[in-house]
Amino acid sequence: MSIETMSELTSQSRPGPFKRNLSTGRLITLVILFVGAIIMIAPFAFMISSSLKTETQVFQFPIQWIPEPTRWMNYVEALTNKPFFLYFKNTMVIVIFNQIAILLTASLVGYGFARIDFPGRDIWFAIALATIMLPFYVTMVPQFILFSRLGWMDTNLPLIVPYFFGGGAFNVFLFRQFFRSIPEDLSDAARIDGCSEFGIYWRIFVPLSVPVFITVSIFTFMFSWNDFIGPLLYINSPENFTVALGLAQYRSMLGVGRTRWDLLMAASVAMTAPIVILFFILQRYFIKGVVMSGIKG
Amino acid sequence: MNKTSVLSGQRPSQTNSGFGRFLHWFRTPKGRRTVTGYIFIGPFILGVLFWVVYPAGMAAWLAFHEWNLISPAKFVGLKNFETMLGDKLFWQSLKVTSVYTFVSVPLGMIVSFSMALLINTKVRGIAIFRTIYYLPSIMPAVANAVLWAWILNTDFGLLNAGLHFIGLPKIAWLQEPEWTLPALILMSLWGVGQAMIIFLAGLQGIDEVFYEAAKIDGAGSWAQLVHITIPMMSSVFFFNLIMGIINSFQVFTAGYLITNGGPQNASLFYVLYLYRNGFQHLKMGYASALSWVLFFIIAFFTAFIFRTLGRRVYYQ
Repeated sequence: MSIETMSELTSQSRPGPFKRNLSTGRLITLVILFVGAIIMIAPFAFMISSSLKTETQVFQFPIQWIPEPTRWMNYVEALTNKPFFLYFKNTMVIVIFNQIAILLTASLVGYGFARIDFPGRDIWFAIALATIMLPFYVTMVPQFILFSRLGWMDTNLPLIVPYFFGGGAFNVFLFRQFFRSIPEDLSDAARIDGCSEFGIYWRIFVPLSVPVFITVSIFTFMFSWNDFIGPLLYINSPENFTVALGLAQYRSMLGVGRTRWDLLMAASVAMTAPIVILFFILQRYFIKGVVMSGIKG
Repeated sequence: MNKTSVLSGQRPSQTNSGFGRFLHWFRTPKGRRTVTGYIFIGPFILGVLFWVVYPAGMAAWLAFHEWNLISPAKFVGLKNFETMLGDKLFWQSLKVTSVYTFVSVPLGMIVSFSMALLINTKVRGIAIFRTIYYLPSIMPAVANAVLWAWILNTDFGLLNAGLHFIGLPKIAWLQEPEWTLPALILMSLWGVGQAMIIFLAGLQGIDEVFYEAAKIDGAGSWAQLVHITIPMMSSVFFFNLIMGIINSFQVFTAGYLITNGGPQNASLFYVLYLYRNGFQHLKMGYASALSWVLFFIIAFFTAFIFRTLGRRVYYQ
């Protein structure tokens, strides 16, 4: 008798009430699921709805969820009040350099940790893991001093150059985990054909690892796009602002007197939209990255 | 032995043979692997030296100095740490951050685990629910702070509208000191999607066999949850707990942008106080001392959790 029939037997041996219980349990689950979804989505709805209201509609109670009239001009006004397109350009410069830096160096270092067996490797890998745990704020003050001595204040350099050195231990870790799952036979075959270690990395591992490259690329984009403390420390003049810094300053500017929440919400929606769009296009890789970081950590 | 002879210069022939030996070693497979390996991880080693070891060491040095970036640094011994002991704002920031951490992290774990259980049900369209539950966690920190400043608005904010809806009075979340931290904790609960996904992956990694066996033994859903799901997921709980504590001790953006530490320092997070000392009052020495204290606090709690709970964790 297989387990299949055993379970059928047990469920048959139970009388009706058990089944009804199960379905009420399921109903309760569905109700909670639904209420939870409304709670989770309400702040987004509030943000979008506020962004389409007039200055006076915003200050109405109870909340008018669908603004009448719908004021799309808020977006134009919010994004031109401050030069957000310039901020966008500045942010994209940082994003692009960070992408190059991290995808290149983190994958190389990850390959070294995953596929080359050399003395001291495990110690260095342990150090890499330890730096993930090290709070950014421990090194914040001296890094600031270092960069100001290098004359890098009010430039993008402090936000770009460090990532060319290993690209962050977390990304190295993601690449290493992925590379370890590629069969050793492939490398051996390439070695017999006289391929160098870099050749194996470049011709075999990179093409086979597109998913992890996409995942790390997403994380990099999110990090650079969202980073606030970095630009706050190193960038002073408005023409070098990033989107995050611009929005923060916009808030403190409008925070004086009667706050223009309509405009602030429009700017917030505009800052959030690229991330959400990216998520909907590349959902699979988002989830994979989060899972990789958790399970194997 | 070799080293001393090179330094004293008595037997230069040794150096040659040392170099010869290196060349020979380099030609062996192991030698090649070693050199290649270090070339591959070289950038990382340099990175650790430049951006971790050097700054951390300099922070340790600065912690015993007084320096405002302009006049030369002055050695003051333990004075920065003594100042800390009598600094009311230091203790306030430590209190704020500890309360925030020890309330928001366990609550966040309960919420994210419950959400993971919810979105693990087999219903048509569950992918939509998963997306909705996860989305808040990818919200950019600055946009999130601006949004919550509006949600927490006393007269027109969403949260008080919700309270009004269920018949509760309005709360001045950002004006009354005792309500500010609860408001920020609530805000953090909205964004627990990352932990939720990690929990969900853990749930899906549990072999169905265990549940089948439990059902045969007559275990109900609660018994299955307590005796199978939670023990099987202990490593995931452990990971989320450690990361939650490390991250929540470093919370900055919300306190800086929404309340700027107020009202009456009720949201003066540790890192915000550190930032003010370093970059507004230019007390580089004191800020460095604060940063090392933060490091030891986080290290202490991490080690404590590893020692008390680490051994009970079950790894598959």
